[in-house]
Amino acid sequence: MKEKFKRFVQVVGLPRLIIGSLFIIVLIAASAYKLDMAALFTNILRRYGMWGILVLAMVPGIQCGIGPNFGISLGIVCGLLGALLSIEFGFTGFMAFIFAVIFAGIIASLVGAAYGWFLNKVKGSEMTVSTYIGFASIAVMNIFWASAPFQNGEIKWPIGGTGVRTTVSLESSFKGVLDTFMEIHIGGTVVPTGLILFFFLMCAVVWVFLNSKTGKAMKAAGANPVFATASGINVDRMRILGTAISTALAGIGIVAYASAYGFLQMYNAPMQMGFQCVAAVFIGGASTSDAKISHVLIGTLLFHGLLVVALPVANKLLAGTDLSDIMRMIVQNAIIIYAITKSKGGSVRAE
Amino acid sequence: MNTDYRLEMIGITKDYSENRVLDNVELKVGKGEIHALMGENGAGKSTLMNILFGMPVIHNTGGFKGTIKIDGQEVKIDSPQKALELGIGMVHQEFMLIPGFTVTENIKVGREITTPTVASKIFGHSLESLDREAMQKDARKALDTIGLNIDENDKVGGMPVGYMQFIEIAREIDKTGIRLLIFDEPTAVLTESEADRLLDAMRVIAAQDISIIFITHRLDEVISVTNSMTVLRDGQYVGRVETKDTTAETIAQMMIGRAVQKLVDKTEETRTINESDVMLKLRNFEVDMPGEMVKGVDLDVRRGEILGIGGLAGQGKIGIGGGIMGLYETRGTVELDGKVLDLSKLGTALKNGIGFVSEDRKGVGLLLEESIEENIVFSAMQINNGFLKNFGITKQFDKKATREHAEKMIKSLDIRCTGPTQPVGALSGGNQQKVCVARALALNPKLLIVSEPTRGIDIGAKKLVLELLAQLNKEQGMTVVIISSELNELRSVADRIAIITEGQVAGILSPDDSDAKFGLLMSGM
Repeated sequence: MKEKFKRFVQVVGLPRLIIGSLFIIVLIAASAYKLDMAALFTNILRRYGMWGILVLAMVPGIQCGIGPNFGISLGIVCGLLGALLSIEFGFTGFMAFIFAVIFAGIIASLVGAAYGWFLNKVKGSEMTVSTYIGFASIAVMNIFWASAPFQNGEIKWPIGGTGVRTTVSLESSFKGVLDTFMEIHIGGTVVPTGLILFFFLMCAVVWVFLNSKTGKAMKAAGANPVFATASGINVDRMRILGTAISTALAGIGIVAYASAYGFLQMYNAPMQMGFQCVAAVFIGGASTSDAKISHVLIGTLLFHGLLVVALPVANKLLAGTDLSDIMRMIVQNAIIIYAITKSKGGSVRAE
Repeated sequence: MNTDYRLEMIGITKDYSENRVLDNVELKVGKGEIHALMGENGAGKSTLMNILFGMPVIHNTGGFKGTIKIDGQEVKIDSPQKALELGIGMVHQEFMLIPGFTVTENIKVGREITTPTVASKIFGHSLESLDREAMQKDARKALDTIGLNIDENDKVGGMPVGYMQFIEIAREIDKTGIRLLIFDEPTAVLTESEADRLLDAMRVIAAQDISIIFITHRLDEVISVTNSMTVLRDGQYVGRVETKDTTAETIAQMMIGRAVQKLVDKTEETRTINESDVMLKLRNFEVDMPGEMVKGVDLDVRRGEILGIGGLAGQGKIGIGGGIMGLYETRGTVELDGKVLDLSKLGTALKNGIGFVSEDRKGVGLLLEESIEENIVFSAMQINNGFLKNFGITKQFDKKATREHAEKMIKSLDIRCTGPTQPVGALSGGNQQKVCVARALALNPKLLIVSEPTRGIDIGAKKLVLELLAQLNKEQGMTVVIISSELNELRSVADRIAIITEGQVAGILSPDDSDAKFGLLMSGM
């Protein structure tokens, strides 16, 4: 019996077990407090779709060998820029979203390639360097946002100012274009079908890439650079490719995020997003050296699901405190530390 | 007579788990004698020295059997600290010096001469001040003893390698009560003139009644400097001889051993090898592989033959394989079927039909966490676009074809596993090696280079791997180059054996040539 339990913990992975149980406990607590469960499930699903692609951005980064990409804020600011350009050019509705994705993808992959080239110069300390690249990119872009010559009234400060507002409303462009696509109502729960389908579509695209010749080469370059070299693979180029894809996914991810949220959050808002994505993929079972799409699917649900439910529960439990955000910080940072100390990752692999 | 020995190690036996690495070995060193400890790689020299030095690796693996006597007194050495107290010193192959410290500081580190201060009287010994003058005097004396004329106040960083070696020695002889000094391949990194000076220094040290154990594979040095020697082979004690009573040939013979047991049974010769039909031609081939530098090799591989490449570790034989595959920087020319290969481009050798099985199975040869099937097809997929399904814009990994091929290989190479999806990290060494061979074969190479095919695998699996190579050569006419430290296995399967010494081809022998010939070529004479 004891052996069986040990085996179970090994297979599922300790972090997933803890976070998963916590998730179930808060769900039970929520229903015990008679919270609006339908609204909670709506929120869980929406958040799942919002964060999914951002968390997915971790996979190519980890597989190509740069490790968890703490610097996805770099991709996020590229995505924000792409979205702004789409609005600036006057696109509306679904077209605005499409063009935002295209602009974001192009800008972010170019910037990502440069970022990958830079990470090749600092092999061995990618995690530290990418964290600071993430911070620095936010600071640099703050200067840019404050002085960018956007003309569209939705973007620039009202009453004759220059520069971008702190939050840009997407009401007139692509707010909710994904959520409302094939929206399903089950009881009181609203399923944002389009948003989740778009996330799954991105997963499928990444899956196809990972199963291609290049994808396999990239994974080998990350898992064992000498082996890859011996098979005639240019490891540095693969790392640049992986970083570029990771950054591009972050750019596209933030556009999907913003469309569901209804606003582009500029300036310092994306600062901590990288950490939440890293934490989510780790909870899903990834390690600093291996990540799969299944880790993204599980991790996003557990991490963000927990956050959604924990907030109202914590407010009931200790009214007037900000306990839920404190809990987010603890869970997020604890899981990152745990994953970094464990080079093998949450679940056991045959060794 | 008994008491005349400085060191006696008697009946030393050591097992690492199941594996007996030393079997009833004896080592006796006289007072003020320079004694060589000889043997091929893996003969047990390092293990014996680790025992003498009380290294933790010995005691963590269950200790050893046998007795050690110093100056006739039986001693128990269970830690390096104890060895130091008994006056045993070691000059390491890799320098253990601190670059930012001066020569004096390096010599005296850990044994500083100090004078009490006010602070030290209150807070203890560690706050005493250094007596630099006395320390410099000691350092000077040690340096003078070995004839090294450098300023004892210079920083060590940036000094030539030769000097660093001498500073190491100075540090050892500065230790009070040093009685026995071990030199572990000290001349390997030195130039010829530096090596000569080192040998002179050894004579000076020995003249002061300090005994020296000299580990080297250079026979000429052994003959010129030592008084006597002990030869080990495969963990067995072969004998102790006085240098003046012996010749280089005899020593070489002792090191290599007599009986060659053929690991592979000879089968009837059905091949015809044309001596002038050269498949691979190396001219002035140099490879910058750290620790295995190749310094200008000229070598021809004939179509259809099995060429063995042998030699001691660190002499450069390993570098030849890695160099051809483009893993290290190379100079000189490599011609395959008359076509000059541009090795600076990654994957050139693979694309031209050279398969490679690396000596570093876990590091270079395999993706340990991936499945057997993915490992087998990986190179073929990347190089020949094999095992891919074309969907127009994307070439997708073909799982079905991969599975079929993997199952075929598992069967034909007899890879013991739970199935094609088992991660290769979970396989035994021999089976991992078969996966490596299968990966190289998936490329359909015309030339197969196999580096250390039997390293770290048990004797049964060794035989299987060698038989497999012989079979590929015979039945499919594949030209095979086997690079190996184990002469015995080369002599079992190869048609010709090239011996690499100091980065160059010392000679090419037939597998039936005498042991002495092999030994002499390997020892650079």
